[in-house]
Amino acid sequence: MQLVGFQILNGLVYGMLLFLMSAGLSLIFGLMRVLNLAHGSFYMLGAFFGLAIVRLSGNYWLAFFLAPLLVVVLGAAIEMLFLRPLYRREHEGHLDQMLLTVGFIFVFIDIVRSVWGGDVLGIETPDALTGAVSFLGLFLPKYRAFIIVLGLALGITMWLLIEHSRLGAKLRAGVDDADMAAGVGINVSRMFTWTFALGCGLAALAGVAAGPMLGVHAGMDLEILILTLLVVVIGGMGSLKGALVASILIGEADTFGKAYFPEGTMFLIYVVMVGVLLFRPTGLFGLRQHE
Amino acid sequence: MSKRAGSVVNADSPTRRMPSAGRHAAVIALAALALVPLWLGDYGRSLVTETLLFCIFAMSLDLLMGYTGLISFGHAAFFGVGAYTVAVLGALFGIHPVLGGLAAVCLAAPLAVAIGFFCIRASGVYFIMLTLAFAQLLYTVAIKWRSVTGGTDGLVAPRLGSGTETYCAVLLMLVIVYFGMRRLIASPLGQVLVGIRENEARMRAAGYATARYKLISFVIAGCLGAIAGALFAMHNGFVSPAVLFWMLSGEGMVMVVLGGTGTLVGPMIGTAVFLLLKHFVSIHSSHWELLLGAMFIACVMFFKQGIYGWLRERWLPGSRP
Repeated sequence: MQLVGFQILNGLVYGMLLFLMSAGLSLIFGLMRVLNLAHGSFYMLGAFFGLAIVRLSGNYWLAFFLAPLLVVVLGAAIEMLFLRPLYRREHEGHLDQMLLTVGFIFVFIDIVRSVWGGDVLGIETPDALTGAVSFLGLFLPKYRAFIIVLGLALGITMWLLIEHSRLGAKLRAGVDDADMAAGVGINVSRMFTWTFALGCGLAALAGVAAGPMLGVHAGMDLEILILTLLVVVIGGMGSLKGALVASILIGEADTFGKAYFPEGTMFLIYVVMVGVLLFRPTGLFGLRQHE
Repeated sequence: MSKRAGSVVNADSPTRRMPSAGRHAAVIALAALALVPLWLGDYGRSLVTETLLFCIFAMSLDLLMGYTGLISFGHAAFFGVGAYTVAVLGALFGIHPVLGGLAAVCLAAPLAVAIGFFCIRASGVYFIMLTLAFAQLLYTVAIKWRSVTGGTDGLVAPRLGSGTETYCAVLLMLVIVYFGMRRLIASPLGQVLVGIRENEARMRAAGYATARYKLISFVIAGCLGAIAGALFAMHNGFVSPAVLFWMLSGEGMVMVVLGGTGTLVGPMIGTAVFLLLKHFVSIHSSHWELLLGAMFIACVMFFKQGIYGWLRERWLPGSRP
């Protein structure tokens, strides 16, 4: 029973990382209609930037804040320089943007591999978070507890921001009808840049948070990307609630799968996905597509 | 409601009479290719053989990307299944590679139906995500199912014959696939696919069950991709999980976009340029992926018509792609 409880908490930890990833991806897609296939690459970059900062300064918390910030800047630059020129393409502009992000997967993996090599590296757990906390009679490593709290806090912040702030209202207006939003005086173009950059930043945050727990290596980009895509498929694109529910579902399935049938973990997840797709082609909480 | 699709044709049909200059160029290119094994050494011939079989792969992907408007980021799935079928049947049961190739197609078709069913059911942007996800699933299977696939060590595949024989077989296959695709694109079915790419809602309104047509396209592309993979196994004599890796799917997309999406010649030119570059760059530097990504980004941003489209604009004004 203890073991099962421990697995549930571990699944929740992984689910929170996936939530940070899928929320960013979903947010970007919701507003810009762009599927950012380089999302996993930003996760990887976040982890490696974090690693570099920890090595230079020895301070995990500096890395925790600075690495996502660097990726936010990078994301904003990519949006402005590469994605923006394609919005005006009448036919297949969004498909082109998607292809563009595939190009960045190649670029980033090459850069990461040539700077840091192909080995699995680790970020040391910060002193304040070593050890364990007791929770409902279970011992949970402090760092994992921290990630659960972080995920929940960010989830609530995002929900408040989107549903209950002026900025969120503008964002939702842009999601509903970008042209109309621009017509009533919302700077949609700047909104796009911010959304893309912050989405990338969330991915980087997930990366730097995952570092001490899962290790840092070239190739972690696609690993997380596949799971993130599955989360989004199951939860429904453009839904924060869907992202949360599906992240936890996949996080648990992955953790339990690895513990009880290590050979068949991926199958378990795909079975869940196929089941959802059969009955809800646009995901558990996804809206019907009008296109 | 049954319907002939002749009326949806727009200027996309490749069966319009090719301009005679183009036709001559094609015949000369083909004759030159057929002569290659006579004066190229082993290495050159092997490189050309590889290029030709990847031409089939790129063309099959272009049937989805360029003609049906379905961006697949998991086409390596079929290439890999084709390659592994030949290798596994050959290594474990001693079955001749030609029979293995047939088996590969027979396996790829139902697989494409199954994967396509889910990917197309959740249309739009879900398609690209799901194709990638299913391909990675197969990649995981290839790595984990060690007793059959050899895991990361790979598997020795039966070769088709000498280098020259393999070359001829691949060339013959490419010619068959090329003319088959031409017929397909020009056929009512092909025109429905083009119609779906241009405006799916309108095609649906016109009474076409677009999902079924997309599935047909997906299955044909899957089978052709498996043929390319089977030929790769026969040519290479060795198969590793790399044939199922997402990188190959990405490379296929680059080949198509680089050469010119929505044409048949384009992907072939793209493949040739791509592989030549790859071999050349890999010798001199380890940054092939960086160049690959940069090339891809540049193509999508500034060079959307691809090499073939550019050539046509320049040399054959008036023939719109």
